[in-house]
Amino acid sequence: MFKDLIIIIMTSVLVNNYVLSRFLGICPFLGVSKKTNQAFGMGVAVILVMMMATLVTWPIQRYVLDAFGLEYLQTIVFILVIAALVQLVEMFLKKVIPSLHASLGIYLPLITTNCAVLGVCKNSLTEEMLTKADTPQFLYAMIYAFASGLGFLLAMVLFAGVRNRIAASKPPKAFEGTPITLISASIVALAFFGFGGIAENLFK
Amino acid sequence: MPILIATAVVTAIGLLCAVMLAVASKAFEVKTNPKTEQIRACLPGANCGACGYAGCDGYANALAEEIETNTSLCTPGAAKVAADVAEVLGVAAVEVTKKVALVHCNGSCENTGKKAEYKGPQSCSAAKLIFGGDGQCVYGCLGLGDCVSVCEYDAIHIVDGVARVDIDACTACGRCAKKCPNALISIIPATKPVAVKCSNKDKGAVARKNCKVACIGCMKCEKVCPNGAIKVENNLSRIDYEKCIACGACAEACPTNAIKF
Repeated sequence: MFKDLIIIIMTSVLVNNYVLSRFLGICPFLGVSKKTNQAFGMGVAVILVMMMATLVTWPIQRYVLDAFGLEYLQTIVFILVIAALVQLVEMFLKKVIPSLHASLGIYLPLITTNCAVLGVCKNSLTEEMLTKADTPQFLYAMIYAFASGLGFLLAMVLFAGVRNRIAASKPPKAFEGTPITLISASIVALAFFGFGGIAENLFK
Repeated sequence: MPILIATAVVTAIGLLCAVMLAVASKAFEVKTNPKTEQIRACLPGANCGACGYAGCDGYANALAEEIETNTSLCTPGAAKVAADVAEVLGVAAVEVTKKVALVHCNGSCENTGKKAEYKGPQSCSAAKLIFGGDGQCVYGCLGLGDCVSVCEYDAIHIVDGVARVDIDACTACGRCAKKCPNALISIIPATKPVAVKCSNKDKGAVARKNCKVACIGCMKCEKVCPNGAIKVENNLSRIDYEKCIACGACAEACPTNAIKF
């Protein structure tokens, strides 16, 4: 069980990184990675939302949709539930921890219908995920969500660093701004492909 | 039948979420400062950012929370808004001097010419990328109306190849000034209608060759100004409106009519 969890964390953070290998959630990755502290805030918000979303959508799929034979409604129901949930959390934070709300506030609604969040919810319900017999399935899904969020955070912070270096090194005029950002994003993604296969083989 | 079940399930989930949110919005209600909304109602809502805050909401909040005490920062609203806001806050209204945008270029079709024919995208910033634009003077108005497109108040127009401000309609929000790729537009007090309508930094002879009404940096204005409010730097004359008393001596002395009164 323990080995399984280590593998899932390694895989989701490095090998199947949601941003850099699966190319989901590119919008905030490019949009909010200008400053390291903003990127960090966004990353933390994403971890939070991914875990909460899985916490709610996983039982819904298993005990409501599957029970009624309505698997095909997965996407629409998940979006509905995640959006309502994030709204709720935002209200809660505004009331209880205003300082956290002020720093996370703008990011929370932004990631409500982010495809990376939806992707985590859907992927945590695939055949492969549900057949890890020796780990409680729900725990496994939650760890997977946390690790995926961690991978997102890693990608954001790494890329914020890259962008800082780029801004300081004055690229040619024609490449300034979006073009050089996209090119460097692709190179960072390429670097992450180097992790392919590492996690499985480490624990053989 | 299956469609009924599907509809029922999704509706039930949606209803559940809705009820949950409705309850939460009551339970987690946060009291906002009632003054914020009152002040916000006085402001024009253009969200132009001329006050230095992120939109009208930001300014209203800063005033209500007493972070900001200056009630006259809203230039589009001018005196009326300043008075309204002061009334809500119960403080004395501050005198507001009306400000307007001013285009530092008078390079109309008869004063200057084209060095090439430009047929690209009809935007100043695009035209400027190609050898600094199609006009003989690379500092001047490109005349393709980027400023016109950002003006919310229909106060700036391209007339005779150069941008002109309609002083009555202008609210000095400063959007045109930010947009102009040649940075020709500045915000000046409307009570001092004297201005150097040129931005050419070339040497006098070159500037004059390209435009009939160019500032040639002859320093005559600097010498006649009684208050030392006008200075020539980089072959270009500029007025310091803090010192200017709008006497018009510089405009009379200007040999090329670059200064208008």
